[in-house]
Amino acid sequence: MESAIQLKSVDISFAVHGAKPFRAVAGADLNVAKGEFVAIVGPTGSGKSTLLNAAAGLLKPSAGRVELGGQELSGLNRSAGYLFQADALMPWKTARDNVAISLEINGVPRREALARADEWLVKVGLRGFGDRYPHMLSGGQRKRVAMAQVLIRDPEILLMDEPFGPLDAQTRLIMGDLLLDLWQQDRKAVMFVTHDLEEAISLSDRVVILSTGPDARIIGDFPIPLERPRDVSEIKLTPEFQTLHRDIWHLLKEQVLKAYGYNSEKRA
Amino acid sequence: MSKPVLFVLQALVAVIAIAIWWLVTQTPILGDPSRLQFFFSTPGDVARQIIAWFSTGEIWYHLWITLVEATLAFVIGAFAALVLGFWLARRPKLAAVFDPYVKAANSLPRVVLAPIFTLWFGLGIWSKVALGFTLVFFIVFFNVYQGVKEVNRTVLQNARMLGMNERQLLRHVYLPSALTWVFSSLHVSIGFAVVGAVVGEYLGSAAGLGYLIAQAEGMFDIAGVFAGMFVLSAFVLIIDWLVTLAERRLLVWRPDNQSQH
Repeated sequence: MESAIQLKSVDISFAVHGAKPFRAVAGADLNVAKGEFVAIVGPTGSGKSTLLNAAAGLLKPSAGRVELGGQELSGLNRSAGYLFQADALMPWKTARDNVAISLEINGVPRREALARADEWLVKVGLRGFGDRYPHMLSGGQRKRVAMAQVLIRDPEILLMDEPFGPLDAQTRLIMGDLLLDLWQQDRKAVMFVTHDLEEAISLSDRVVILSTGPDARIIGDFPIPLERPRDVSEIKLTPEFQTLHRDIWHLLKEQVLKAYGYNSEKRA
Repeated sequence: MSKPVLFVLQALVAVIAIAIWWLVTQTPILGDPSRLQFFFSTPGDVARQIIAWFSTGEIWYHLWITLVEATLAFVIGAFAALVLGFWLARRPKLAAVFDPYVKAANSLPRVVLAPIFTLWFGLGIWSKVALGFTLVFFIVFFNVYQGVKEVNRTVLQNARMLGMNERQLLRHVYLPSALTWVFSSLHVSIGFAVVGAVVGEYLGSAAGLGYLIAQAEGMFDIAGVFAGMFVLSAFVLIIDWLVTLAERRLLVWRPDNQSQH
């Protein structure tokens, strides 16, 4: 399959004042094919977000390279849409303006941008919420606006950094279903970072496991051959899901325990 | 507290204060009223003076002058601060070089500048505008600087990822963020614009509220001084109320805005 984004032996280090650089990720090799939904799972501090930021061009790898369709990425990844964990909407713009701005800055006339923003707000289930400012929306509604803001640009690659992390359990399921619905319509390559293995399995085609940092490496790569379209809340009850979950959890658990052990040693 | 109750209580404070003032200056409970009248005037005399000013229309001219000076000081000061604040906030090295000078200039008591401004700009409105400018400029400048520095990182990164160039970031992210800070200091900065104008007039001028007060003082006309102060207070209250109205319109997107008012 044709590659959408490829990480080749990527190292990412951070300068630490008065100490040797902290290497968060070491030698990461990851290939995401066009139309493929890849979830990246790892314990806290495993450099999942760091890896995603390298794919977005927000961080520059200290070694190795990021390639888009064979071309090395330099600067920001313009073909990617990034869904952040924290609130990233402009609080001084209404929901409609927040979505429309994605088009306006790329030269779409305002009237057309607003019309298409309204269509997208309907698609994400926010009909009639266009005039609200972000603070008048719930956390889940803000995430919907953020999804519309990113997807309206029709990016080739979607990068998601625990996008549903701050939401409550029920809202996460609903948002997962919405995401799959939208994704199903025109499959984009997706890199979805999460620490929630259930969420990873129920959404993705492939789950990649990162080891505990520092020097986090990719230590597992599991295909998820579950049928699509999926119902995120129902799929967990199927025996196939549970087998996959057991296998992957076996590997992940070790890393999670190590992460906590590492942290408690550090604290003591 | 409901609005009418609040209003009644607020009015009550004024009524009691004026009643005490009247008792002290019109009855012998604290000594000779005519002696005290020399220092505090009386509510009646002050009211008569205010009514005389408004009925002859004399006051309007002075109010107008003060308003023009304060408005010019605010507009010019805020604009200069906006431009300079933006410029320095986006250039940290330059900001570091100028930092001690900005702080030194801000720590200077403005009153000492007034004679210099009179010398430079004459006795007309521009020496007062200059004095107000030095007060407004620094308040707005520090707020813009802070606003640009403290732009939410996620909002900024998101805007970048959406494809904004530097100019678009300035317009859609930095400017609104900085303006929030400017608006939140609007009450203070506009208040200072009035202070600059009145102090300037007080120290040397031929018109304005500060001039009226200085004139009355020169003639030991205590009623005139008090009347001037009351008109000035009312003037500032009205401006403050207008600012609140403007703020409510401009900052609708702010979460704390409804609960505040």
